[in-house]
Amino acid sequence: MPLFELDHIHFAYPGHAPILRGAGLTLEAGQRLAITGANGAGKSTLLRIMVGLLVPDRGTVAAFGQVRRAEADFHEVRRRAGLVFQDPDDQLFCPTVTEDIAFGPLNLGKSRDEALAIAEDVLTRLDLTHLRERVTYKLSGGEKRLVTLATVLAMEPEVLLLDEPTNALDEDNAARLVEILTALPQAMVLVSHDTRFRAQIAPDSLRLNEGRLCPETG
Amino acid sequence: MGHVLTQAQKALRETGGDRAGGVLGGVDPRARILGACAFALVTVLCDWLPVLLAALALASMLLILSRLPLRPTLRRMAAMDGFILFLLVLLPFTAPGDPAFAIWALTATWQGLEQAAQIAVTANAVVLALLVLVGTMEPVTLGHALSRLRTPERLVHLLMFTIRYIEVLRAEYLRLRQAMRARGFRPANSLHSYRSLGYLVGMMLVRAVERSERVLGAMKCRGFSGRIPLLETLRYGPRDAAFAGGLALMLAGLSATEIAHAAF
Repeated sequence: MPLFELDHIHFAYPGHAPILRGAGLTLEAGQRLAITGANGAGKSTLLRIMVGLLVPDRGTVAAFGQVRRAEADFHEVRRRAGLVFQDPDDQLFCPTVTEDIAFGPLNLGKSRDEALAIAEDVLTRLDLTHLRERVTYKLSGGEKRLVTLATVLAMEPEVLLLDEPTNALDEDNAARLVEILTALPQAMVLVSHDTRFRAQIAPDSLRLNEGRLCPETG
Repeated sequence: MGHVLTQAQKALRETGGDRAGGVLGGVDPRARILGACAFALVTVLCDWLPVLLAALALASMLLILSRLPLRPTLRRMAAMDGFILFLLVLLPFTAPGDPAFAIWALTATWQGLEQAAQIAVTANAVVLALLVLVGTMEPVTLGHALSRLRTPERLVHLLMFTIRYIEVLRAEYLRLRQAMRARGFRPANSLHSYRSLGYLVGMMLVRAVERSERVLGAMKCRGFSGRIPLLETLRYGPRDAAFAGGLALMLAGLSATEIAHAAF
């Protein structure tokens, strides 16, 4: 059973020309898939459609073995597929790092102590314990990126959807991110312009062109 | 008062004073908020000038206890006076009563002067107490404390989001301003300037709306259902009891004096 199966997805932002015109993809368990394409080709849109933040005009989204249509169908999808946003400032909204990481587990019904334990565990795994008490808006760009990854991993997702994770990262932090991502067991969909980074994380590659996904050639 | 709270000094504590915040630093934030409210309530309800002066003295004592740097704190207090200056100057000339002195054809009255003095002393005492007790907190701590005091959740969320995103908005504003300067924009009293600044404000609004939608999306992805759990643990301790007791005693003294004065 594939984790995600998108079929003939059509999508247009209101008042704009269609951006996705029959895009489809299949993500198998353990697969790491990269999506490339020009600016504005609809890569981020596709990730948002996968977790139900945008509703396609036509086409079906099946996730974890079920077709998902209504907002309520996607609650489970969002728990099992973690989307890491392009801009960390969109994702980190709690005052402190620990609170931000605990936000997801608390929403999943974990108790305070369990949530704190999860936060501590994730921080330890990513070697970020020194950031525990830091105020999120005072983090550096690289720290913010790693913390957003921690906030998503705290939900223990089965799939990671990464939207331009190397944006605004210096070489050290990018290397750090590669190291962390390659060590993770999750299936991944990676949107990135960074060829080397793609090659390291997700050798399988699809290209989004004219609203459709096709295997990358060359 | 934006110009007084510059980038480098977000909380008063960061003005270079004692990091620990003196004797008051260790007092529970909730106790400090409640103390400031009680102080404001008592001070506003009193109107005999000596009592008000005593309240101002009490606020000054708190200032000294808090070990805040005097000059920046008093400057912030004075910034508030700017708002009521007009009222204070006009009041003596508009309140009816016994004439005190005259400037040109306008006569000031003793009653008017007294009222102006009452308002000035009350306002300054309350603002000073607020600055010392609440202004010294990290904004985040203030949010947590308000939440624990059962302030409506929406208001706490608004405060928290403001704290979180004001820096992001500021950075966005500065980036746009720099981009304008890089292309030779210099603000002047011209239609072009006003139009460009209008674009700047409009662009910031549009971006803020778009960002808010992305933030909501990110929150939904993590199972947001209308509540933001806060983790900070606050516990009242003996120091808070001492603070509350001391302040209550002082405020009771002020109230008793006021009532005694009104009765005789």
